[in-house]
Amino acid sequence: MTALLEAKKIGRVLDETIKVTLVDDVSLSVGEGEFVAITGPSGSGKSSLLYLLGLLDLPTSGDVMIKGQSTHDMTPDERAHVRLAELGFIFQFHFLLPEFTARGNVMLPMRRLARLSQREQHERAGDLLASLGLGDHIDKRPDQLSGGQRQRVAVARALANDPALILADEPTGSLDSKSTEQVFTILQDLVDKAGRTILAVTHDLDLAGRMDRRLHLIDGRLASDASADVEVPHDEPPADNREPANA
Amino acid sequence: MADRDVRPTAKSSPIDVTLLLLDLAVTHVVARGRQTLLAILGVALGVGFSVAMAALLEGSQKDFVEQLINAIPNVEITDERREAAQQPAQLVFDDAQFNSLTTREDPRGIRNPIAVTGAIRANVEGRVSAALQVQGVIRYAGRDTGVSLSGVVPEDEISVSQIGDDMEAGLLTDLNSRADAVVLGDDLAESINAEVGDTVTLVSPAGDIYRYRLVGIFDSGNVAADAGTGYLLLSTAQVFAGRPNAVNTVRVSLDDPDTAPQVASWIESQFGYKSVSWQEANEALLESFIVRDIIMYTVVAAILLVAGFGIYNIISTITYEKTRDIAIMKSLGFYEGDMRRLFVMEGLAMGIAGSLVGAALGVLLTIALGQVEFVNPQSDDPITIPVIFSPLHYSIAIGIALGSAVFAAYMPARKASVLNPVDIIRGAT
Repeated sequence: MTALLEAKKIGRVLDETIKVTLVDDVSLSVGEGEFVAITGPSGSGKSSLLYLLGLLDLPTSGDVMIKGQSTHDMTPDERAHVRLAELGFIFQFHFLLPEFTARGNVMLPMRRLARLSQREQHERAGDLLASLGLGDHIDKRPDQLSGGQRQRVAVARALANDPALILADEPTGSLDSKSTEQVFTILQDLVDKAGRTILAVTHDLDLAGRMDRRLHLIDGRLASDASADVEVPHDEPPADNREPANA
Repeated sequence: MADRDVRPTAKSSPIDVTLLLLDLAVTHVVARGRQTLLAILGVALGVGFSVAMAALLEGSQKDFVEQLINAIPNVEITDERREAAQQPAQLVFDDAQFNSLTTREDPRGIRNPIAVTGAIRANVEGRVSAALQVQGVIRYAGRDTGVSLSGVVPEDEISVSQIGDDMEAGLLTDLNSRADAVVLGDDLAESINAEVGDTVTLVSPAGDIYRYRLVGIFDSGNVAADAGTGYLLLSTAQVFAGRPNAVNTVRVSLDDPDTAPQVASWIESQFGYKSVSWQEANEALLESFIVRDIIMYTVVAAILLVAGFGIYNIISTITYEKTRDIAIMKSLGFYEGDMRRLFVMEGLAMGIAGSLVGAALGVLLTIALGQVEFVNPQSDDPITIPVIFSPLHYSIAIGIALGSAVFAAYMPARKASVLNPVDIIRGAT
């Protein structure tokens, strides 16, 4: 079968004149039901690679294939639609809309896709939040939730349109250890029990070790694509736990 | 999961998406309530004041034109010709040239006036009055005052002018009561200290002295007319001027004054006499109205453009403040077009709200202006400001307001729509 996600020699050069290379000639493939970690030191291009794979950014060379389809020649709207219908994003910061309740935030991608009726969207959002242990917080706004709860709302939002692939950029990067464990367990359950596919950038080698596979990046190049037991030096300083001032 | 096409298949319902965008727009607008109200107020004041100004300017202009149409005949035919008659030599030789020819004054006036008035009555929808204009001198207490006399058929003259309504004492039809009756303007009567029933002495152009009985006094409001004109019966005037049966002016009042230029040129082509429409007589004035209109609409557009800046200001503030939300929505899969529509909708909503409030404000202001009364020291009647309600003014003002709202919102909206979510997400991490 075709891989869910495939990168063919993708590269990303930031500035054509001074040639700042973020991602250099990376090829990889992610199959259905895999929990894959992208690790690497600061500035190694982990996040940049994730944005390219998530169609948030355009590679300057190579092609990203989603479900066997080239995305190279897609219009911005077509890429947006793939993000909406096939991909779910979880970022280090929850990135919830402050004016909307937890349910409202989870419903946002569903409303944009408009595949379900309003009532179905409403129920599905409630069910998703309840399944992530937020049954009591469905109608609370983000500023009434703790950091861990917000991140779980963000996970529910990523699941809203039943995406083929979930992309996570340091999903636990701004959480304390207890919340980290909680959110990571949820992600792991999504893979193990619900059969979902997750590609997660992390600096936490502990967590990376608990995933199925690890891709290690150094200077934008793939250093290893192996199972998680490969030893990689612990060279990443811990990310600070502050939220952006306007969160 | 099967390998279904990852490109959009069934288009999501545009209504649902519009509702979603509306929902987002409302949260943005509500979050900046006070600034939004200010922007709406800006548009409302712009629309309101420009509508009221247009009502005032066009109202006074219309009032002025109405007075003009009433004060002078719609079409006036005189016994002059615009060009000198063709000379026999010109009729025979193409190269014959004559310079400095003047039109001849014919003491007989308009030839065959009964045929002329009859033809006009038969072909033109309106009223006709034939008159003989003659200059005379009023002699009083050793002083001579020039006076321009109109010999008229009173009933006809009343039908083409306002003289019937302008009578201060007596009636114009009182001219019919006796052959030596005269009607004078009030300032003129006052200057010779004459009252109705008095005898006034008039000297004809030929130097003959006639004594007439003053039977009526009119007050037209036009000082020149009130101080220097009078009316006689047509037949009396013909005797006074020594021009039996002559008529030198035909005045036409039309049912539709706007057709005056066509009627005038038709009469001129039929009879050859100079026919002047009220538009031709007041060309310079009417041209000044066009300039006035241009100035008015320029000011209206400027006011509303300034109001548009208020909208530009708030939409750019919102897009700046909501940069992160825009990045989130775009990363979730919202289209660039969605973001553009979202912010244009916000601007348009403010434009619509401002227009509605502004239209109501415009109505109130116009009514208030229409009720202002002031007293002219020259007359006793209180004067009200003439205003008109024209749907055109409202549509123009609202149209410009909505146009500038959309334009003002579009610029920041476009900037927001092309924002690259990666820049923001990377910046926040």
